Amino acid sequence: MNHLISIDDLDRAGIERILDRAESFAEVSGRDIKKVPALRGRTIVNLFYEASTRTSSSFELAAKRLSADVVSIRSAGSSVDKGESLRDTVQTLSAYDPAAIVIRSPYAGAAQLVARWTDAAVINAGDGKHEHPTQALLDVFTLRQRLGSLEDLNIWIVGDVLHSRVARSDILAFQRMGASVTVCGPPTLLPRGIEALGCAASPTLDGISEADVIYVLRMQHERMQESFVPSLREYAERYQIGLGRLQPNQLLMHPGPVNRGVELSADAIDSPQALIGQQVKAGVAVRMAVLYELLAGRPAAHMAVAA
Amino acid sequence: MSPNTVVLDRDGMRRTLVRIAHEIVEKNPPGEPGQIAIVGIQRRGAVLARRLHTLTSELIEPTVPLGFVDISFYRDDLRLRDPSNAAPVVHATQLDFPVDGRAIVIVDDVLYTGRTVRAAIDEIFDFGRPARVQLAVLVDRGHRELPIRPDYVGKNLPTAQDQRVNVRVEEIDGFEEVTIGPAAEPRRQAA
Repeated sequence: MNHLISIDDLDRAGIERILDRAESFAEVSGRDIKKVPALRGRTIVNLFYEASTRTSSSFELAAKRLSADVVSIRSAGSSVDKGESLRDTVQTLSAYDPAAIVIRSPYAGAAQLVARWTDAAVINAGDGKHEHPTQALLDVFTLRQRLGSLEDLNIWIVGDVLHSRVARSDILAFQRMGASVTVCGPPTLLPRGIEALGCAASPTLDGISEADVIYVLRMQHERMQESFVPSLREYAERYQIGLGRLQPNQLLMHPGPVNRGVELSADAIDSPQALIGQQVKAGVAVRMAVLYELLAGRPAAHMAVAA
Repeated sequence: MSPNTVVLDRDGMRRTLVRIAHEIVEKNPPGEPGQIAIVGIQRRGAVLARRLHTLTSELIEPTVPLGFVDISFYRDDLRLRDPSNAAPVVHATQLDFPVDGRAIVIVDDVLYTGRTVRAAIDEIFDFGRPARVQLAVLVDRGHRELPIRPDYVGKNLPTAQDQRVNVRVEEIDGFEEVTIGPAAEPRRQAA
């Protein structure tokens, strides 16, 4: 594997190998000196064309804890997020001979394009409505830590599936690990033909009491150019997950950031059934494992010629 | 397995470890500053460390702390490895006791180039500042590439560089022996 663009780049054994290694990296994060020399001397570029707290900070920490040199570039709002200049930016940065480029972009397919323009390993940190593979890996990691395995789990993904790259990556990853997935939301927010990914689709919450895990998605106002729901209040009434709709044995997940009182009620967010904090915590270890998987054993471009 | 010569059998391995345990205790008398702790290098070094821990704990009070290091993230050849085997599967590093001021006895099965031990020392220093670091190995096969020497040796085994030394332990392999043979059984090359 040279790049991580989609969960489809990984088979089940690959996912398990990365998550096993993430366990070791979680141990590193518990040390006094939270650093190992595995990627010493390598350069990693974080290119974020879209707002992000968790993903950008955890990728930066992950790279630093592997002793890599990190350059983080944010260009939200500047004129660079247009097709041709993305290419120019990538080619400019490639002149520094980075080992990896981590890219977040509002455009689906951006990571795939970047992979064509550079010799570096490219990691998709979210491209528009397409995919967010490292989020899916840390979600699987979090569930595996809590339950041991995802085999035969019944997972419901609830909310704004249409705009969610997390949903697309999670559907693929959860199913690959042996779980069955149902997506649920207002018909306007369920992409047509989503069943082609192998999951079930439901416009109502009927049957959600059977779920082992409820994965709630964020309402993505910033991606909505028209009204998909009559009002957030009506949406909350029909689809919000609160303690009233949560069975005592069900686990609750959310990729963050949460719109409190919209897709989740405040009491549910703070309940012990919520794994939201663990998901964030898993982010650094899992991203260390992804960087290690892609870069360990991969000679720098100039070394490949010599070898 | 036929071309392999057995250099230590089950009984020989047991007696060797008992001797090393006594030497460790003799060289680090209880009461002196710098109490010992035993740290095995994953995976077969970890198995031997477990046994040395049991043996030394019978000889001194209080109980000797036991830890494990996995040196995968500290290897010096990460970039050079065959891509298909590039990122080795890792096992846990576990050092739950304060390393500061301890006499750390690193345990490994075979001492060869010394690079694995170099990596283990680096990793231990990321946990603190030990008073001393010593090295116990079941087999020293020579061909050092770094200025590293063992403090406790089970068996000195002169080898050619293309020969392989195979340490087999009950916990991983289901049987106990040390053999020397011609190159390449499919096992991870020692770093």
